[in-house]
Amino acid sequence: MSETNIQEQPITETESEPGSGRLIATLGIAGFFSGLILVGVYLFTLPMIQANRAQALERAIYLVLPGSTSFKALALGNGSLVPAEEVPAEKGGEEPARIFAGYDKAGKLVGFAIPAEEPGFQDIIAGIFGYSSGQQAIIGFEVLDSKETPGLGDKIKKDAGFQGNFQALAVTPEIIAVKKGEKRAANEVEAITGATISSKAVVRLLQKGVEKWKPAIEAYIQAQNQ
Amino acid sequence: MQELIWIFVSALLINNFTLAYFLGICPFLGVSGRLDTAFRLGLANIFVMLITALCSWALNTYILPYAPYLRLISFIIVIASTVQLVEMAIKKISPELFRALGIFLPLITTNCAILGLALFATNKGYNLVEGLFFALGAGGGVTLALVLMAGIREEMKVLDIPKLVEGTALNLIIAGILSMAFMGFAGLFSAS
Amino acid sequence: MNQVQTTNRSAEEFLKGLWKENPVFVAVLGMCPTLAVTNTAINSLAMGLATAFVLVFSSLLVSSFRKLIPKQVRITAFIIIIATFVTVVDFMLAAIVPQVHKELGAFIALIVVNCLILGRQEAFSSKNPVGLAMADALGMSAGFTFALLSIGSIREILGSGSLFNIPLFGSGFEPWVIMVLPPGGFFTLGFLLLFFNWLQKRRKAQMRATPSTVKP
Repeated sequence: MSETNIQEQPITETESEPGSGRLIATLGIAGFFSGLILVGVYLFTLPMIQANRAQALERAIYLVLPGSTSFKALALGNGSLVPAEEVPAEKGGEEPARIFAGYDKAGKLVGFAIPAEEPGFQDIIAGIFGYSSGQQAIIGFEVLDSKETPGLGDKIKKDAGFQGNFQALAVTPEIIAVKKGEKRAANEVEAITGATISSKAVVRLLQKGVEKWKPAIEAYIQAQNQ
Repeated sequence: MQELIWIFVSALLINNFTLAYFLGICPFLGVSGRLDTAFRLGLANIFVMLITALCSWALNTYILPYAPYLRLISFIIVIASTVQLVEMAIKKISPELFRALGIFLPLITTNCAILGLALFATNKGYNLVEGLFFALGAGGGVTLALVLMAGIREEMKVLDIPKLVEGTALNLIIAGILSMAFMGFAGLFSAS
Repeated sequence: MNQVQTTNRSAEEFLKGLWKENPVFVAVLGMCPTLAVTNTAINSLAMGLATAFVLVFSSLLVSSFRKLIPKQVRITAFIIIIATFVTVVDFMLAAIVPQVHKELGAFIALIVVNCLILGRQEAFSSKNPVGLAMADALGMSAGFTFALLSIGSIREILGSGSLFNIPLFGSGFEPWVIMVLPPGGFFTLGFLLLFFNWLQKRRKAQMRATPSTVKP
């Protein structure tokens, strides 16, 4: 490949081999300017990107906790829930897992927005659900990210009937999926026909999320009430 | 453990790099003419991907938290140089292995599958062990796709195909059919 | 006179990229983004424009500094330049259109390994003056965006029954879901390539036919 290149080079380049000093200098200068541009653009866009992220998170929290107008981020520190700012970042800069306590206009606790992930039909389904400790129920669910089949599995996002399952879904004894139109008890989810695997994945996502956070949430509420 | 198996199987079959994410299409269409070449290219891919997983984990853990804007540049440069270093080392230690894989290494260091692996692993926040399983699965998936394609193309050599259809167009349509077959693996893991 | 010639040459370089040497349909370059993000027309357009931005600015820089970059380190220098612009595009999209950024995901960063961009630097920008390099880069960008947009439109129309999110058919239309899934990408590009092969073959046949009819 290099041979053909030499033939195609214009004849003007008859100068002798450049020294290694010049090679390093060229790359050094290129790297310097590249770094300059990158840092500039990074500093310029960072506030906007952070604002976008915060906005998306806020929208999702208010959606799954109907009636909430403000929220507080919580994370596990020493086994109990504390404000997320007080929990140090893990090694490698990873943020600790967070949940969000949502409050209504009067400052009363509406519930907790809990993000969770679970393998679905195609790839990981990432979602966030609202959990009300008072009702012992899930009061809202929103898919954050999924690659489920368009027209079938992705109904977990848009299908009104399926979304209707999550207005007051009891978490005890255990959330289970049932056939469409056969919902009898408060802890049952009507699965989407043609997308049972995606529906069951959502059920597992909710169940695991509740199991993971419920004890900490109850301890937190008890501590708050004292 | 179940998590690791899911990561591996997902990258290998369900979200196959070549057939579902279209990563590494150039070698998939270009070097899949013969079965043994395709297999060796696949092995070289697994090898480079494992190195990539290591590099990207190290960069993500120790450097990029302080300079996130260097992600892309550092991935490319560090992966390319590490592969070159390892290539030299292999040449010295095991000429056998070098003959089998060596010629492919420069070809795939700047392949989109390699960079894609580093980026996906970062986006998904994998740790070192998860990253290595992901690399094994992704590399295995690329190998599987290459070998399947090469097998079909070897058979096609003796077929009477219209001149117009031959070449990339036909290969793409075959790839589409393979991709459809791989869709059948979806849900493999969550049907419980 | 000379001015006219340069303009003509520039126009020629521009048109070449758009049709005769179309990077996707004729040269079959940059396959990975071509197939991966073309499931809707909007994503295709965004990807095409992002690639165009990187290609045009990289070509501008490479051809401006072509006499200063030593041959031995040219590839490394090209990659640094390209990666810089790709990172810039990545940040800009995340800041201005987060929705599009989320849809395209890691594929924006993967523009860096699009062989089209490095290929144009190596084959054209590093050997030609700025004006021509710009014409070439703009032409290739337009060709690439055009190709992506046509694939994206076909896939969205057939796979979701809409174009740019505007529903085209009544509710009776049953979408061919396969077209927005990965196999649809392979099939659409395969059939488009077939069409271009056929066009080329026909053109060749016509060219062979024309002189023979004139001569006698």
